[in-house]
Formats: sequence, C-alpha cells, structure tokens
Amino acid sequence: MSSSLNAAGSARNNKEQNMSTIIQGTCWVFGDGISTDHITPGRYYHLRGDIPALAEHTLEDADPRFAAEARPGEIVVGGANFGQGSSREHAALVLKERGIPVVLAQSFARIFFRNMVNVGVTPITCSTAGFRGGDDLTIDLEAGQVLNHTRDLNVPFNPLPPIMREILDAGGLVPYVQENGGFA
Amino acid sequence: MMGKTMAEKILSSKTGQDLQAGDFAVTPVDLVLAHEGTGPLAVDQFQALGKTKTGTRGLFFSDHAAPAPRKELADVQRRLRTFAEEAGAQFYRPGTGICHQLVAEEWASPGQVVVGADSHSCSAGALGAFGTGMGSTDIGVALAFGETWLRVPETIRVEFTGTMPPGLAAKDLILHLIGILGADGAIYKALEFGGPVVEALDLEGRLTLANMAVEAGAKAGLCAADQVTRAYLAEQGREDSFQPLAPDPGAVYERALEIDVSGLSPQVALPHFVDNVHPVEEAAGTPLDQVFLGTCTNGRLSDLRAAAAVLKGKEIPPGMRLLIGPASRRVYQSALREGLIEIFLEAGGVILPPGCGPCVGVHQGVLAEGERCLSTMNRNFRGRMGNPEAEIILASPATAAASALAGRVADPREALA
Repeated sequence: MSSSLNAAGSARNNKEQNMSTIIQGTCWVFGDGISTDHITPGRYYHLRGDIPALAEHTLEDADPRFAAEARPGEIVVGGANFGQGSSREHAALVLKERGIPVVLAQSFARIFFRNMVNVGVTPITCSTAGFRGGDDLTIDLEAGQVLNHTRDLNVPFNPLPPIMREILDAGGLVPYVQENGGFA
Repeated sequence: MMGKTMAEKILSSKTGQDLQAGDFAVTPVDLVLAHEGTGPLAVDQFQALGKTKTGTRGLFFSDHAAPAPRKELADVQRRLRTFAEEAGAQFYRPGTGICHQLVAEEWASPGQVVVGADSHSCSAGALGAFGTGMGSTDIGVALAFGETWLRVPETIRVEFTGTMPPGLAAKDLILHLIGILGADGAIYKALEFGGPVVEALDLEGRLTLANMAVEAGAKAGLCAADQVTRAYLAEQGREDSFQPLAPDPGAVYERALEIDVSGLSPQVALPHFVDNVHPVEEAAGTPLDQVFLGTCTNGRLSDLRAAAAVLKGKEIPPGMRLLIGPASRRVYQSALREGLIEIFLEAGGVILPPGCGPCVGVHQGVLAEGERCLSTMNRNFRGRMGNPEAEIILASPATAAASALAGRVADPREALA
C-alpha cells in the first residue's frame, strides 16, 4: 500500500503553524456529541489510506455543507464531548488536511483530544455558547482568549498542560520523541 | 500514605513512582495493539521514527473488515501482516476474532498497561489491566519505545448492589450506568466497577462492563482481579500470570455511586446516542428490520448462550434478519460444540465469521435507508452501520434474541417467562 501520510512532513507543517499564536477566521458551529463517525463515517473505511480523499467527506454526517464548502483557515466550533467514539486518528487528520487550525469545544473526548495534539490541530476547551455559524473569531493562544467579533463575546480558556505544549511546540509527537530520543 | 485506586496502583507499580490522580507519568507498556483500520497509520509513524523492531509486545489484528471486502482493505491487511513479521510483532489473520477478545483470551493479565489503537482497548480492564485506547501516532510511538505518557486519572467508583433479576445482564448494568453518567460523564477519568454484583459476575460479563467504559468517556474501566479472574486465566493455561489486585481501603475517589440492580429493567439505548438510555418497556413494540448479536461487547459464549436460551426451537419472522458474530474462533467452536449454532441456524440466523462484522459499517449487514437495527454492540451513532439514514438501538443479547423473534423491540423477561 502506498502510504499517503508523511508523518514527519505533517509535523513540520505543524511547527510552522505554531509560530503564530493568533488565529483568525470564520467558524462552523456544531452541536453536542459530534462523534468520530460524524467526522469520518465508517462507510469510507477503505479511504483511510488516502487522507485527501477521506477529507472530502469531513463531518459529512453532521453537516454535508461542511464537507462540500469548508475552506482552509476556517475554525470548527463544537459543544460537549466533541470527537467522542472511535479512536480513529483519521478524524483529526482530515481536519488538518482541510486546513482547520483549531477546534473550540465545551469539552473534548479524551482520545480525540490527544490525537489532535499528536497531529497538530490545536484543541481549545472553552464555552462555545452563543456562537453561530459564520461568526468572525480571533483566538489568542498565548493570552488564552477567544474573541467572537460578530457576537461581541470574549471567552477565556486555560492553556494546555506542559507536556502537550511541548509536543505541539516540537511539531507533534513523532518529532517530540525524535528530539528527546524517547520520552526522557 | 493515602490509599490508592486501582488505576493509581497499577501505574505506580509499573513506573516505580508514587503516583496519584493528576500526575503525569511516562509508563512502560506491556501490550500494544492495532487493527487494519488504525494499524497502517501507526506503522507509518513507527517507521517515521526509523525503527525496525518493536520495543514491546505488538499485536496486530484483521478484524474490522475481514476477510477483506475491498482491495484497499486487502492491501492494508497484507501490509500489517508483512510489517508484523519483519518487526517481531504478532499478526492475527482474518477470522481469528476481535482484537479485544483475543487480548482477553491470550494476553491481558492483572497489573498490566495495555494500549491499543482502538477505543475499546479499555476492555482489558476486566482482568485488572490498565487498558486504554489511543490514536495511531500514540500507538506507533508506544510500539517503538515500549512506553507512553499518561495523566493518572481520577476515579469514579461504581458499586452494583442488590440481586440481579432474571433476564438482566452485564450489558443492562453498563447501559444504565452510561444513562446516569452521560456520554461525557467520565471523560479523562477511570471507572472502577465493584460491589457484590460485579464480584459475582463472570469474566465475560466484566468484559462487557469494561468494554463500554469509553462510552461514558472514560480512559479505563477496571475490575478487581480476584478468584474469578484467576479461574479465567487458569482455563486458558495462564494462571501464572495472575496476581490479586484491588483498590486500597482508603482509596480516594472523585465520586462514588451505588446502584441497586434489584428492580432494574433490561435497558436499551435509543438512536443516536449511547447515553439515550431507557427501560426496554419504553421502547417495546418499535419495529425492527435487523438484529445483530456479537462484537467485543457481547459476542462471547455467555452472550450466545443467553440468546440461544430465548431462540431455541423458534424461528424469526420472514421480514427480520438475524446476524450472529462470535467474538473469536474459540467462542465459535464452543458454541458449535454446545449446539448453539444449530439453534441460531434453525431460528433463521446468519453466522458471520469472528470479527467486528456490521459494527464498523462497511460490510456484513449494512442497513438500508430508513431501516432500524437492534444490536448488542456498543455504539449507535448516526451512520455507524453504514447508513446515516438508518437507526440503531443498543441492548443485551437476551433482548436482542427476544426482539428478533418478535420483529420489534421486545422485553426478554416475557420470552423467558
């Protein structure tokens, strides 16, 4: 099988993305309980070896318009337990493939949260009440602040734990352990 | 020193540190598993690290879509087989069974740390192992270095008390609990299952509990390792891997729940969320097109026995499809010897090869638009069985069998009466 994922390459891109601590963009808003089946439906199982093809169906079962219309740089906003269900890392990878830099959610499912860090899409846990699709956002990763210009909201969030920041700063888990020769 | 939860004890012992909830730790891992849905990406990452040999025991499975329904999946299964041979990992061919079942039958033991590129890797908690699911990158790194990082989870202690009513099974207990906790009620935490009902539960039932811990968001779902565990390991010729394991008396829990099961009805989770849990009476009569008995949640011998007890000598209606997927070859063989397979065939059932079957939504029972399936699996998310315009209801094996016979959701207590 020809592997589509160049792990080191993805990680390098991620490192470049992380140079900027300010993210601006319009958002797509989803409800509570968005599962990895919504993000990457099981019926496309055979496409898991082809991330660009799989990414054409991103979030298709939650909102088919997202799969068809989402543009790089746009922001995904969820409710509670975003990314619940299957451990499939492909759910984080298709968001990365679509150029989504960050996902805001009230809470994230554990495995999906780790996967986002490992592949380099920043997860931000914060209140997303009142957000609507198309809202214009500015996120300051260093200050821990989301500004929703459309709704005039200023939402604070806690920074990620140190080990996750180190992994994100390294450009993902693979370069992190490469730099350290393991977890040392 | 404060008492420790099971999670704290396992991780402290494994790392040689005095850990408690909230600590971050790098821990050695005993078993690393992946399947054809997540394994190729884990192998990519392993190889990106420049590694050629595994740093700990690696187990690779063909279970999610096996035997392969498409050439793309045949390719990835071959790739995993070749990789396992070269890297010193073990490969399980299609038809051997579901990864979590084979880990329970052959590998898991008390005190281990087990990580898998599958969310239901928490199943190993039934044997007192700290089992948890991760993504492919984490698994590739764990396979390469034989260790991973974890945050030691807080624990929610769940005590099941009272007397199990007839017709009730471990599946009903865990569905009921998920209904109480919610699908995000235990995110980042461990669940510890105990109390007299769990002590009396066989290992297969404990696997059902631990398996679905992740449906409440949990990182792990743990049962104490006791004489039931020892007997299960002894049956497999692995008694020497037994060690007793239980939480300390003074263990500190984030929250403790006691659930008296005495008056509990069989439970169902209605579309499209696992925590949409109701007593079966509230859904009784809902028309069904398909019933699926199997998966890592409920494809074991005791599950097949419970269904066969309801189905024996009866036949499902013409409009119904009944699919049965034994969780492993060993389960299949035992079911054959006991005559259960004969009962299923007489009832009009279809026996699927050991594996995940229709739970992945790619083969062996994809639903038509507008159809409704009652399944013993662990997830009823929209699209889970291959069609976003279909509905899935989750229930126990006995409820599945009674419902298959009725052609609609049915209370198994009536069928058993």
